[in-house]
Amino acid sequence: MLSLTTASDIARSPGDPKIVATGPSSRGASDRAAIGLGWFSLALGMTELLAASRLTRALGVEGHETLVRAMGVREIAHGITSLSPDKKVGVWSRVAGDALDIAGLLLAYRDDNPKKTNVGIALASVLAVTLADIATAQALTVRHSPSRGEKRNYSDRSGWPRGFENSRGAAADFEKPGDMRAAPAAANASQVTGRTSPATEEFSRTLEAAE
Amino acid sequence: MRALVWHGKEDVRCDTVTDPEIEDPRDAIVKVTSCAICGSDLHLFHNFIPAMLPGDILGHEMMGEVVEVGSEAKGSLNKGDRVVVPFTIICGECEQCRRGNFSVCQRTNRKKELADKVFGHATAGLFGYTHLTGGYPGGQAEYVRVPFADTTHIKVPDGISDERLLFLGDIFPTGWQAAVQADIKPTDTVAIWGCGPVGQMAIRSALLLGARQVVAIDYLPERLSMAEAAGAITINFLEESVIERLNDLTGGEGPEKCIDAVGMEAHINLGQPDSVIDRVKQMTMMENDRPHVLREMIYVCRPAGVISIVGVYSGLVDKIPFGMAMNKGLTFRMGQCHVNRWTDDLLARIEDGQIDPSFVVTHTGTLEEGPELYKTFRDKQDSCIKVVLKP
Repeated sequence: MLSLTTASDIARSPGDPKIVATGPSSRGASDRAAIGLGWFSLALGMTELLAASRLTRALGVEGHETLVRAMGVREIAHGITSLSPDKKVGVWSRVAGDALDIAGLLLAYRDDNPKKTNVGIALASVLAVTLADIATAQALTVRHSPSRGEKRNYSDRSGWPRGFENSRGAAADFEKPGDMRAAPAAANASQVTGRTSPATEEFSRTLEAAE
Repeated sequence: MRALVWHGKEDVRCDTVTDPEIEDPRDAIVKVTSCAICGSDLHLFHNFIPAMLPGDILGHEMMGEVVEVGSEAKGSLNKGDRVVVPFTIICGECEQCRRGNFSVCQRTNRKKELADKVFGHATAGLFGYTHLTGGYPGGQAEYVRVPFADTTHIKVPDGISDERLLFLGDIFPTGWQAAVQADIKPTDTVAIWGCGPVGQMAIRSALLLGARQVVAIDYLPERLSMAEAAGAITINFLEESVIERLNDLTGGEGPEKCIDAVGMEAHINLGQPDSVIDRVKQMTMMENDRPHVLREMIYVCRPAGVISIVGVYSGLVDKIPFGMAMNKGLTFRMGQCHVNRWTDDLLARIEDGQIDPSFVVTHTGTLEEGPELYKTFRDKQDSCIKVVLKP
């Protein structure tokens, strides 16, 4: 990232500050783990989407290519969410996806499957990733929980040093610039046409009262 | 010097960087005594605003002491002056500045060609923001270079704390402009969505301007308690229907004036399915912003009412009921704040004791604590509403 940062200096002017040394990031370890898992989801999802036939052959589940592609789309969705500010949702959705993957692999882990060994390896891999997902999701939940810290009530923070009654309407005489008005102050049909009607007279009275 | 630097999505660090230097005779260097994290900094934090580059210094709410002045800024500014720096950089000479439309100054955006292509026509340069607004280094730092410093400053007196003055640079005039451009009448009900720092200032501005009643809408109890302290009626949208309550409060007619102090990152809530769909579309880059508040305002606003938008939007929004807005004859007013247009008046109101903007400060820290405080503010932990940093 520092190289990108240095490269971006070409967009700055000579007098702009340049980085000399960099400090700790606002990203925590769980945030970085979520980003890693997000990219992993995208890679896995693209593989499932683009190489479904090879995957089904390797797992001995030929004929289920559409299902694998659907799982690929789901995995990409996990990845996009895990890379977004809603990464907590993204990683927990990965945990749910892991459960579906494990269920699917268990169905394929049969004695009559000639690729049972491959399925076993896949199952072990998914279980390992599931543990990483759960640990990351839990850490994210704790780190980003809005319930962290003290819950306060700010009912003593009015912002009115002289009290509400003395400040309310204190700027009522502020002269709003013409270009900030929704409608010219005294505009009504009668001023344009020279004719009046009960409706326009009432309107004029309302405006005058409001002013 | 030390500064808070954007390195990528949700990656802010307190880095050591070279000191800023005077580049132009109109520049000045300000030693920052206080700066703040703004809600719109979170849009940058999330990388929702395009054209940020790794290495950009954040921060557009800052104040301090002038320590160096370019030859052409001398006279307007002198070493030792105490100033609040407005987040909009203004030349004071172009046609827009002469009209008071400072946030669309025609001369201060140094990436004008880029901005012209994206926006059609460039807007003003802003501190610590995207390169679409010039990519100027921000003020969450020990020092900041202020371009066009002879006009881009608000001189403030000694004897008043930083916390009471700092917000003249952004959130106070932004909340004020939200209320002013709503053209509030003494008979009006003003509904304000979002009780973050700008929303809190808009609530107080609407009350100062004499609105009949101000209704504040949010879901966080601490923010609602602060709104209520000002004298606003509050609606927790997780507990009751905003539309039903607003109609109840207005005899079924709806509020005359609606203010959006939320912008592009509206809360995602299963009870508001459009907000969930917006989030999915935003995540998959099919939509830039989550405009739930805009939809709700257009629906509930009284016909011939005013919609005032100061919450930040970045680009494309979907499913805006524009036919409803057109047929109801609504007036839309929006924009980044023309800060210097309002600050003389607002400073006088602070000095007069009409308002003390320091009420909004809930957290104070150092620059080194900045990255963690970004997270605290973003996650709404520890009842955080406004963070002030002391470099």
